[in-house]
Amino acid sequence: MSIFRYPRPSASEITPRSAWLSRRGLLATGLAGAIVPPGLMRPAPARAAALAARPDAQFGGGLTPTPFQDVTHYNNFYEFGLEKTDPAERSGGFHPHPWTVRVDGLVANPRTYDIDALLARPLQERLYRMRCVEAWSMVIPWIGFPLAELLKEVEPLGSAKYVAFESVVRPSEMPGQDGVLPVLDWPYVEGLRLDEALHPLTILAVGLYGQTLPNQNGAPIRLVVPWKYGFKGVKSVVRIRLTDTRPPTSWNLRAPDEYGFYANVNPEVDHPRWSQATERPIGARGGFFGAARKPTLPFNGYGEQVASLYAGMNLRRDF
Amino acid sequence: MTARTDRRDQPARKWRSSVGILRVLLYAVGLVPAAATFAMGLANRLGPDPVNVFERTLGLWAIRFLILSLCVTPLRELTGVSLLRYRRALGLLAFWYALFHVTVYVGLDQGFDGAVLLADITRRPFVIMGMAAFLIVTVLAATSNAWSIRRLGRRWRAVHRMVYLAGLCAAVHFILSFKLLRAEPLLYAVVMALLLLYRLLPDAIRRRRLAQR
Repeated sequence: MSIFRYPRPSASEITPRSAWLSRRGLLATGLAGAIVPPGLMRPAPARAAALAARPDAQFGGGLTPTPFQDVTHYNNFYEFGLEKTDPAERSGGFHPHPWTVRVDGLVANPRTYDIDALLARPLQERLYRMRCVEAWSMVIPWIGFPLAELLKEVEPLGSAKYVAFESVVRPSEMPGQDGVLPVLDWPYVEGLRLDEALHPLTILAVGLYGQTLPNQNGAPIRLVVPWKYGFKGVKSVVRIRLTDTRPPTSWNLRAPDEYGFYANVNPEVDHPRWSQATERPIGARGGFFGAARKPTLPFNGYGEQVASLYAGMNLRRDF
Repeated sequence: MTARTDRRDQPARKWRSSVGILRVLLYAVGLVPAAATFAMGLANRLGPDPVNVFERTLGLWAIRFLILSLCVTPLRELTGVSLLRYRRALGLLAFWYALFHVTVYVGLDQGFDGAVLLADITRRPFVIMGMAAFLIVTVLAATSNAWSIRRLGRRWRAVHRMVYLAGLCAAVHFILSFKLLRAEPLLYAVVMALLLLYRLLPDAIRRRRLAQR
């Protein structure tokens, strides 16, 4: 069937100019890198490949993306270490290829997807807000596809109520899984209610800023649920399982009074140790005085699309 | 006795003035981490979350100087090396860093948002612990001058024993500032605990070394 196809601009046309500039800047300041402490400035891994995607103008209107350098060099990925700079510095030995994602559980048609097949799908670029439970935030141009696409292909059974996600366990390639002090139980596990997982905002990301996902951001495939705290976005996913009971989630297992199953961004429900009313935007240039806090929005600004999922629920109890 | 003092008068005076110079030097060197981190922040060299890095660096140095000031007595009693002359400077440096740390939290981080600050200070054990430590070292700094020492007399020692409570609160505050139990704050807490437990030892054990001399 022959239908109109959207024009598909190349990645170089989509990637914001600031990203290219920041990457050029990195090359130019290679010498400066020798005197700047490691971690503050480090080039992205060389294996990143350009990734074509259709920009989805429906999302991200009016948002300014966080610089590429900060998105890829300041994040939590405890499998590689506890510091924000660890993922970028210590993920070089991780091999995101070859890779498969198993989707099974309460489905009629369980399948194993190869990452190359997933990368060959029609991909969308979406500019999403990302709010960390630690009260900092970013705006990230993800490339991916709705999780609902995969879920529909495996045909969930009527009994399926939840979706459980499992991250990879590779202590030999992930130094954070090999530490002395207890961190989290591996694998990192997460979960969504089926209706949350099927929501059009929920995507599996395979890239950002016009290229495949860097190792430190959850290569080769990760979950992005923009109205929830960042820790719900399980990285380097190897298994997606549909279940009839609520699946355990890593942070909830570690500290149930601090991290709930839902973890919807909510300025009115504070973390026991800090307020969630405001957030520090990352990478707002200008040093100390450039990064003023800003108010955190209910459902991270996606309330119009997702608030109905939680109608009648007590979000203070089901945090 | 007098003859000996006379003979040593010259070097003693020299020693006293070199103590003064060393003390000034200690303040100067002690404030370098704050100045350097501030300069790096102004030059946008503290990474993508500069306020957080500055705030944590200041807090870390506050606890470091608090620990150093608590090391003076055990060091003297166990080895005979007395740094008593520098204890006040170490304590005051801890106070200055705590003050910078709180100022950055209130101003740069929370933007003087009264509602958030009030909620933090009244409801969150993590912040309450930190604030308690800060209030205590503030009282100690305010009463560290010669006039207060004279004025308070015997009570001065009792007041300044509150530093142990400040150390405890600061160590717990540091541990709670991370999502997980982390090695670094645990290490500081262990050192702090050893320094506090040392104070519980009977005098006989503590002063054996001094008595031998």
